[in-house]
Amino acid sequence: MPLLRLQGLKTRNLAPIDLQIAPGALVFLSGPSGSGKSLLLRALADLDEHQGEMWLDGTPCAALPAPEWRRRVGLLPAEAFWWYDRVGDHFPARHDPQLLERLGFGPEVLDWQVGRLSTGERQRLALARLLAHQPQALLLDEATANLDPPNRDRVEALIQDYRREWAAPVLWVSHDPEQRQRLAQPAPGLASARRLVIRGDRLEEEEPAAGLGLGDPASPITREHQSGPGQRHGILGHAQHGRPQPERPN
Amino acid sequence: MELISLSPLDLALAASLVLLLALLSWRLHLGVEQRVLIAALRSVIQLSLIGLVLNFLFAQTSFAFIGLWTLIMLGVAGWEVMARQKHRYRGAWGFGIGTLSMFLSSFSVILLALTLIIGVEPWWQPQYLIPLLGMLLGNTMSGIAISLDNLSRQAWEGRGRIEARLLLGQSWECAIRDIRRDSMRAGLIPIVNSMAAAGLVSLPGMMTGQILSGSPPMEAAKYQMMILFLITAGTGLGSAAAIWVGSRRLFDHRERLRLDRLTGPGH
Repeated sequence: MPLLRLQGLKTRNLAPIDLQIAPGALVFLSGPSGSGKSLLLRALADLDEHQGEMWLDGTPCAALPAPEWRRRVGLLPAEAFWWYDRVGDHFPARHDPQLLERLGFGPEVLDWQVGRLSTGERQRLALARLLAHQPQALLLDEATANLDPPNRDRVEALIQDYRREWAAPVLWVSHDPEQRQRLAQPAPGLASARRLVIRGDRLEEEEPAAGLGLGDPASPITREHQSGPGQRHGILGHAQHGRPQPERPN
Repeated sequence: MELISLSPLDLALAASLVLLLALLSWRLHLGVEQRVLIAALRSVIQLSLIGLVLNFLFAQTSFAFIGLWTLIMLGVAGWEVMARQKHRYRGAWGFGIGTLSMFLSSFSVILLALTLIIGVEPWWQPQYLIPLLGMLLGNTMSGIAISLDNLSRQAWEGRGRIEARLLLGQSWECAIRDIRRDSMRAGLIPIVNSMAAAGLVSLPGMMTGQILSGSPPMEAAKYQMMILFLITAGTGLGSAAAIWVGSRRLFDHRERLRLDRLTGPGH
């Protein structure tokens, strides 16, 4: 059962982060643009330099070759890039044909030219391409930003099923409060989701008072939230924790 | 055949043609007379100087001195490769990648040519070494500069595509494979073209020179063929080395694309 765990993960804009995402759990992440959401996802995929360590299914990132780690943590960037002319060349030879069908495509889509895809088609096909590589976790950056409601529903349903079926931990950056609200509700076979927001350089619960009974609401996320300064250097003695920054008014 | 030496009067006659051209430009308000005259003057000074230098150099028998001279040639060529990059590698790599690749390719090819093919004794005899090396370096320099520029520019512009490939679990070599191939091709195109056109479109400068100085045309043609082969091999090896080192440098030990190791478009 893949569990995604970060310890003291430090990216450019954010204070060191401790976070656990249980198998099959969903965590939403929101925050003003430029606050470092995408950079956090990139660090999680080991695509940027970072401090701190992360584990997936008990395996530390550093213990795996970088390509294998990236394949396992499955990052879907906000913008989908393609490098061959034909859509199908980006897919592994053997993949579940249902993937495309569930996103509203027929099998002929594999012969389409990438240059002719609309923005929404690119986004949906990028998700299909990612899932076809069978990652153990999902890191989604604005996965439905360019989609109309029916296609957004398709994508949401597919991701929820992937969570359920593969017990994949999901970290989802979403700007849409309704989407976060909607998918945070518990569903059959799925626990309710946690919603985090970036305030200043810290990760906080979006609605701390709501207490939806999602695990431990007091669990520390950003290091600064831990009770005593004495604990700060417990795990990574050398960690340079984020500079203190005045709280922004919410 | 005897080499017909040019007297100062002969040269002055040729130069008067340039003067005539400048006069024409002045009368017709073409506005190029000044540039033509300055360029002509520069060529007189530069070529006289290099004639003197080569005269001096060919009289040398010290290996250390000639070796030093070849290293200066290499350094200037390496500098030129760096200057032609839109996105340079930061630090010593900017100068190092091109220079190292040229050293590996040109020097090994010239060594092979002088010892095995031409069989000069000693192999570093400057009358052969310096002009051949100059021709090799001049051409490999162009090829390597084109290859490296292609590589770094495409990586810079194709960041999204490269990273998308990395994210799906591809290795760095796989993610940059297409760009590498493209850069190699771009670096080799000029020399392949000049091999294909040799003799039909243009009589290469070296062959022309040999014929004018009295060599039988067939001898000159054979020398020219050898030079073309050496240049092609040198350019190919040099470009391959530069592309390999350059593309490796674009990724770190965790196979992340590190465009911060390049300078921006404006340096």
